[in-house]
Amino acid sequence: MVTSDIKFDIQSLNVRFAGVQAIKDLTLQVYANEIFTIIGPANSGKTSFLYSLNRLNDLNTTFRLTGTVRLDNMDIYLNYDVALLRKRVGIVFALPAPLPLSIFDNIAYGPRMHGLKNRGKLMEIVEKSLIEAYLWEEVKDRLNTPAFNLSGGQQQRLCIARNLAVNPEVLLFDEPTSGLDPISTAKVEDALRLLKQKYTIILVTNNVAQAARVGDRTAFFLMGELIELDETNKIFTKPGEKRTEDYITGKFG
Amino acid sequence: MNYRAHKLKEAVIEKIILLSGITSIVIVLLIFIFLLKEGLSLFSSVSIKDFIMGRNWYPISNPPQYGILPLIMGSILVTVGAAVLSIPVGIGSALYIAEIAPQKTREILKAGIELLAAIPSVVIGFIGMITLSPLIKNLFHLPTGLTALSGAITLAFMAMPTIVSIAEDAITAVPRQYRDAAMAMGATRWQTTWRIVAHAARPGMIAALMLGIGRVIGETMAVMMVTGNAALIPHSILQPVRTLTATIAAEMGESVQGGSHYAALFAIGIVLFIITFLINGVADIYLHRNRKKGLK
Repeated sequence: MVTSDIKFDIQSLNVRFAGVQAIKDLTLQVYANEIFTIIGPANSGKTSFLYSLNRLNDLNTTFRLTGTVRLDNMDIYLNYDVALLRKRVGIVFALPAPLPLSIFDNIAYGPRMHGLKNRGKLMEIVEKSLIEAYLWEEVKDRLNTPAFNLSGGQQQRLCIARNLAVNPEVLLFDEPTSGLDPISTAKVEDALRLLKQKYTIILVTNNVAQAARVGDRTAFFLMGELIELDETNKIFTKPGEKRTEDYITGKFG
Repeated sequence: MNYRAHKLKEAVIEKIILLSGITSIVIVLLIFIFLLKEGLSLFSSVSIKDFIMGRNWYPISNPPQYGILPLIMGSILVTVGAAVLSIPVGIGSALYIAEIAPQKTREILKAGIELLAAIPSVVIGFIGMITLSPLIKNLFHLPTGLTALSGAITLAFMAMPTIVSIAEDAITAVPRQYRDAAMAMGATRWQTTWRIVAHAARPGMIAALMLGIGRVIGETMAVMMVTGNAALIPHSILQPVRTLTATIAAEMGESVQGGSHYAALFAIGIVLFIITFLINGVADIYLHRNRKKGLK
């Protein structure tokens, strides 16, 4: 199930914000075409880790990083074009963040920004992205209506489609269903399973059951440290660490 | 205090607040009625068309001619000139303050711009008359430096604080998620600022422009001092002009109360009132337009 191509190779990663350590000496690999889920209580460094992978932490002036993050064996903190990196590594935030545009323009925004003008080509990309994000059937008749009119779950899948439109290789998800109802959540999860075939997915989730449902491998973070990393089945049936078991079974966190 | 006293107190306070609430509306209505009452009598002797489209403003010749087209043209020329100068600089400075400037620079710039708003218009007019008009006279080899251009430049300074502070508020109010989303798709900082932030803040920025322009149209003192006050239809921005406001201010003292000249000045007031009312109305529509209704 899991191929052994390494997509992200993280070695001895330390992240600090204003001197406070958010991630401690983290080493792990993410393989191509897997759903890599990260679970852990609040303040365990999950989001900081995610933001380190496409350098969104750079926007915070107190951010300091040591160690290496390699994408396809290239250090992304060493002479790497940040705009290109963020194109290759897309992110979907916890709260759906559609732009104040129509559905079509939301998705065409990325390709347009990177220079594509041809309306037919744009339409092709919009359709393909929406199909991949599992949203096409629901919106194909109203592409020119404002994206804000969509429901929360649809907005979240729109944000996924928007990322897909710029041809990423990795998709980061930061608690993408924390604000959604169970049915919308199920639809986003369906989209994730489809996406795995083409993309590498890293999913941070507060919902332990979600990790069990969609993850191939699962990492458990606690206070900025990686406690355990294994096949999702194993983490949930026979965790190697007492703290992992306590968290999964709801004894703390 | 017992229950009834409480209730009475509540009722009194409520009435007082209601009264203050409607005071401003009542005053606006009274002003408008007064303007109409004083101004409309003109149209028993002069047709509206001759008034608006008439090319000659000779209020004290015999018979008098009350054509305000030159004054309207003067106001438009000065206003458009001021808008062309102040809009790009105002929006640019709002974007710089809100998006790019470091914290300290931002504070200094904002204080400076507020200070600019606090300078009395007569002082700005005075400075324009002393420094700007000789400069324009020498630069373009004109017989006089008191031109529409001098007025436009002077007024641009006066519109700037309004434009910058309201536009800056609109830009700052753009949700962070938009910026994050744009960044996450690989937008550079400039692409994010221009295509997302400026786009989302557009209603507020348009409102800022309208309010700035509204201020320019209504301004009297500075413009009277630097535009030369010739009631002629201008053919270039380097000619003297006279605006609607300046005409009222300059001639009100010498008109006979109740006479046709007096009525004509009030009729000009009506025209100004309608223009500023329209501009403020448009600004209001943009200011209150729901951002959530996707903009296109």
